[in-house]
Amino acid sequence: MSDTHSEADLATTKLAFVRDDFIEQQEAPTREGGIGQWIRVNLFASVPDTILTVVMILFLAWILPPLLNWAFFNAVWDGANREACLGEDRGACWAFVEAKFAQFMYGRYPLGERWRVDLTGILLIAGTIPMLIPRVPFKRLNAIFLLIVFPVVAYVLLVGGYFGLPVVVTDRWGGLLVTLVVAIVGIVVSLPLGVILALGRRSRLPFVKYASIVFIEFWRGVPLITILFMSSVMLPLFLPEGVSFDKLLRALVGVAFFASAYMAEVIRGGLQAIPKGQYEAADAMGLGFWQKMRLIILPQALTMVIPGIVNTFIGLFKDTSLVLIIGLFDLLGIVQLGFTDPNWSSPQTAVTGFAFAALVYFIFCFGMSKYSIYMENRLDTSHR
Amino acid sequence: MTKIILSAAAGAVALGLGAQVASAQTLESVQENGYVQCGVSTGLAGFSNTDDAGDWTGLDVDYCRALAAAIFDDPEAVRFTPLSAVERFTALQSGEIDVLSRNTTWTMSRDTDLGLNFVGVTFYDGQGFMVPKELEVTSALQLSGASVCVQSGTTTELNLTDYFNANNMDYNPVVFEGLEEVNAAYNAGRCDVYTTDSSGLASIRLQLDNPDDHMILPELISKEPLGPSVRQGDEQWFDIAKWVYYALVSAEELGVNSENVEEMTESENPDIRRLVGSEGTFGEDIGLENDWALKAIKHVGNYGEIFERNVGPETPLQIERGLNALYTDGGVQYAMPVR
Repeated sequence: MSDTHSEADLATTKLAFVRDDFIEQQEAPTREGGIGQWIRVNLFASVPDTILTVVMILFLAWILPPLLNWAFFNAVWDGANREACLGEDRGACWAFVEAKFAQFMYGRYPLGERWRVDLTGILLIAGTIPMLIPRVPFKRLNAIFLLIVFPVVAYVLLVGGYFGLPVVVTDRWGGLLVTLVVAIVGIVVSLPLGVILALGRRSRLPFVKYASIVFIEFWRGVPLITILFMSSVMLPLFLPEGVSFDKLLRALVGVAFFASAYMAEVIRGGLQAIPKGQYEAADAMGLGFWQKMRLIILPQALTMVIPGIVNTFIGLFKDTSLVLIIGLFDLLGIVQLGFTDPNWSSPQTAVTGFAFAALVYFIFCFGMSKYSIYMENRLDTSHR
Repeated sequence: MTKIILSAAAGAVALGLGAQVASAQTLESVQENGYVQCGVSTGLAGFSNTDDAGDWTGLDVDYCRALAAAIFDDPEAVRFTPLSAVERFTALQSGEIDVLSRNTTWTMSRDTDLGLNFVGVTFYDGQGFMVPKELEVTSALQLSGASVCVQSGTTTELNLTDYFNANNMDYNPVVFEGLEEVNAAYNAGRCDVYTTDSSGLASIRLQLDNPDDHMILPELISKEPLGPSVRQGDEQWFDIAKWVYYALVSAEELGVNSENVEEMTESENPDIRRLVGSEGTFGEDIGLENDWALKAIKHVGNYGEIFERNVGPETPLQIERGLNALYTDGGVQYAMPVR
């Protein structure tokens, strides 16, 4: 056989997959784009798609006008009391939210001291935002500020009693302040504690192992509501009369331990997913246990379980509303307390209050969710 | 699970109460702290709720303010602990609060078994009926054949059955699990009558589309005497709590109110003179100053003023005095004399 096939050779061998003529030349595709194209491709590509689209449009047409009317066009934006929100076709009573807004944020924190809450919030934001943006330098200093300096400053500012700041008892705390305090303490405590518990559960030392298992299973085996009840109803009975811990502190400890147990199991999942080779490689390099964990295992394990961790955070954030049953007013609690003010009782008060609370919760949870997706993509060093 | 824990908690409460001997010096510790720690509800319209400024107001709240004023001459010398229904007795027992003023019904078992001492009845509540005005019903006895909205699994439901059976009337119960559902059903006209405690009816009425189209019938078919309570075992504190309440009612009986109480120290009437401390040593006898009642009335007002300000006909709740009127006006509020 010769080195190159002649055309005649090809024709005679009759290989079925070899094309022996040109495709007829076609016109260049019309350049499609814009809204029309998008709609056709995304909404009406096939019969089922078209049906779904029509159904959804009908659904939106049915739900949106009344919703918008309620929330905006018929809503009552200002007023001094319930009179403003009474009437046949009144929509949302935003005047109620407006009147109680400061309470929803600070609870009953004394008026003249609210700058302390504001300042704490500003410090928190100032510390958190650079931490969350990967490009910003000085991460180590930033972390020291957030994890060591900030909690002390926040405690001094919020509770008072030092530097001439009057003490504000936690009975007066409430609203978003309490929600954030409970959620942030829960989040900040539960992550490191969860890591330690997860490592402890996989430890070869029997005491450490069983202590971790007992801790995790105990806190995970009891509903949060029961833990809160225990802390507020049972605990005082075991203490000598007159001795009582701060109610908020009890709730904080309960919530933090509860979240830690969940976090431990999420992280344990990540640890288990790391191939054995990684552990052995680290051992072979002569790394000690903590070095191995810090440099090799945890960075991989934690990255892998980011969705689980954020899931726990979001769950924790929403669970904070359970503190209402022990008489602490978190955001939802204080909104509901607002309903009982006879000066604002109207058919729309409750609905509006709940809508407002839902909106605030949504902003926080959606924010956390979005950030976790961003982090996932960034840290994706790929096992894929 | 929660239920089991709760009943265990209740058991522990009962045991704990038996074992615990309340310390006798509540007044001393209150004076040392500089404030009265008062347990209130986590929100009940007209009884304990917060106003726009975030301050606690209400009938239950004002009792605590009166108590604080009698001791400290300052109605603000009080800290409020909002308590849920399950927590309230433990909080009082464990010394977390000094007085419980949380729309709590005075019953025998609570008074004896739970180790509480009820101070008095600040509000005579009871199960009532609300109807649309267009039904033109003026008495609960005309409700035969009506459909009645009621929350399931409550004593309210049982009382309802008993009442209609006792009066040989038919009715058609429309039962719901949650309060919000009952409200919605009544608002939508799914039943003719709404029944629950009358103070509750007053606040539910405000949440209806047209509150003015509905009225609360005069009959109360159950007894719910609500009042503050203190720990057993501290007679002095009990006396103070009790007599502050009597002083508020006495003041109304004698026509003493927050406006004229200062002038009343010059009054000729010996009853008034004893009440405001111009005569006798009644304040010192309970460990306070002789003008204790004057301070309470000056800052908070007499019982009538407290009632009118928080739940009375002029407020959105529009609750009539009814049983809570003075005995001289056909009610049952009757104060023991300061003598």
